[in-house]
Amino acid sequence: MDFLQQAINGLSLGFVYAIIAIGYTMVYGIIGLINFAHGDVFMVGAYFGFFASTNLHLGFIPSLLIAMGGAALCGVIVEKIAYKPLRNSPKLSILITAIAMSVLLENLVRLKMTTDPQTYPETLLPQKIIHFAGLSIDNRQIIIILISILLVIILQFIVFKTKTGKAMRAASFDKDAAALMGINVNSIISITFAIGSALAGAGGVLFGILYSSIDPYMGIMPGLKAFVAAVLGGIGIIPGALLGGLIMGLVETFSKVYISSSYSDAIAFSILIIILIVKPSGLLGKKTREKV
Amino acid sequence: MKKEFRNTLILLGISIILFVILTILMDSGILNIYYSRIVILICINVILAVSLNLIIGVTGQLTLGHAGFMSIGAYAAAMATMEMNLPFPIALLFGGIVAAVIGFLIGMPTLRLKGDYLAITTLGFGEIIRVVITNIDQLGGGRGLAGIPPKTNFSWVFFIMVFTILIIYNIARSSQGRAMMSVREDEIAAEAMGINTTKYKIMAFVTGSFFAGIAGGLFAHYLMYIKPEQFGFLKSVDLVTYVVMGGMGSLTGSILSTGILTILPEGLRFLNDYRMIIYPLALIIIMRFRPQGLMGTKELSMKVFDKFSKGSDK
Repeated sequence: MDFLQQAINGLSLGFVYAIIAIGYTMVYGIIGLINFAHGDVFMVGAYFGFFASTNLHLGFIPSLLIAMGGAALCGVIVEKIAYKPLRNSPKLSILITAIAMSVLLENLVRLKMTTDPQTYPETLLPQKIIHFAGLSIDNRQIIIILISILLVIILQFIVFKTKTGKAMRAASFDKDAAALMGINVNSIISITFAIGSALAGAGGVLFGILYSSIDPYMGIMPGLKAFVAAVLGGIGIIPGALLGGLIMGLVETFSKVYISSSYSDAIAFSILIIILIVKPSGLLGKKTREKV
Repeated sequence: MKKEFRNTLILLGISIILFVILTILMDSGILNIYYSRIVILICINVILAVSLNLIIGVTGQLTLGHAGFMSIGAYAAAMATMEMNLPFPIALLFGGIVAAVIGFLIGMPTLRLKGDYLAITTLGFGEIIRVVITNIDQLGGGRGLAGIPPKTNFSWVFFIMVFTILIIYNIARSSQGRAMMSVREDEIAAEAMGINTTKYKIMAFVTGSFFAGIAGGLFAHYLMYIKPEQFGFLKSVDLVTYVVMGGMGSLTGSILSTGILTILPEGLRFLNDYRMIIYPLALIIIMRFRPQGLMGTKELSMKVFDKFSKGSDK
């Protein structure tokens, strides 16, 4: 029973990691770069949700939508400042501007709010314990899982059924060829950042509900773990990010319960390292031959 | 005279003059304790940045776990002086060797990976090192290790820095250094030319880890108190920033950018809360206009010396 209980905890955390990881993977798929500011976009999303529910007294769904919109805007701004002007520069220079954007976002939020953790409003999603077959399930965890699944389905629809999605897939396959086919690659990249960031924003609100406390530096660790999740599943592959996120969430929860709570981060990273050494392209990644 | 040897002598000369000037300034009190502290921290950061430049800049392997090796050196050296009562230089060396050995053990499996994958694995190892240290009670755990004897002074830091720069400079210009650069430029082509790429990558990684460990030892014996959070992911990112901003493979670039980026947050203190907003903006602006880093791959003023010596050789 305890095992099932923990599995549900792990899954709800895993889905939050998964929707952050999808943002990393989408951006990587299209520009081949790790968005180091993604964890902070996630944090900004959590603050937008916090603002919407405490200052504007909105309910859960409107707050979530505002958080997604705010995070999407933030993501596009990051792209315009840190990525677009340096598109033809060495990769590492872009890494530095992305890191600078991450520091900037953290400190802007710190200045606007406070460094102290803020309690996420309980009223946003009232807790109700459901007793079912000997398990006591928190309704919030179920809602988090359902919302994440819904978001992934919407994303799959956008990527595979719409014209924008087709353009995104084309641009990630070959940017130059896509441009020749009349696709505006710049706007497609911005849209990709916006969608990925909106997912991170939703993740921020869900994370806030799950842990009931937010602070300006909350994005660093979940961001790192979601990034690990994206690499674990095979970076650039959306189902891979989902799988990686779930594995990370389950591993973290189970290792906290059954092994050691202080070593859980180390265990999560060890699994990543083992997988990368055995199968460097990630769990679902295709092996690519390097051509000379 | 051989070019490398002559440059080494010139560097040594410049650094001795600089050392004398800085010592006089510090002893006479023109540079007060606060400024001396910044100078010493710059020197320690330069050791770290230059050693990281060998891995990232010269060999082209992006690692995000350099602070992990610094922490290993810091804890090992602190233990050596506190528990084993070893003299300071031997403790530093001990810290460096322990860091190098662990660097070797980590480098062996991970350096087969490339680019972003290598970055994330080294990041993972950096975090694992931090978590493991946090959980070892003999090392103070999360509370940190206090009561480390204050052995580091300006002379130690300065001369170890000069020594590190000289060693890395000469490695980068040796045949091994050229092999490392060929790995950076094109790994497949290098392999086709018969270069054992794994060997040179590990060589760079272990050398870098060794000097990071020594810098850690200096750091521990200067602050007298260390805790695992000081060597987290963000410290590694800071170090990578020094190298990239200075220019890949340019040692003078690393020194210059380390100086600027260590002074900048201190110099902006009068802005209080706005300080950490101006700092990232400055980084973005610099990278926007100098994406190849301040110095690119070039070294400062070496050309001037070349012209100068060509004139005198005649």
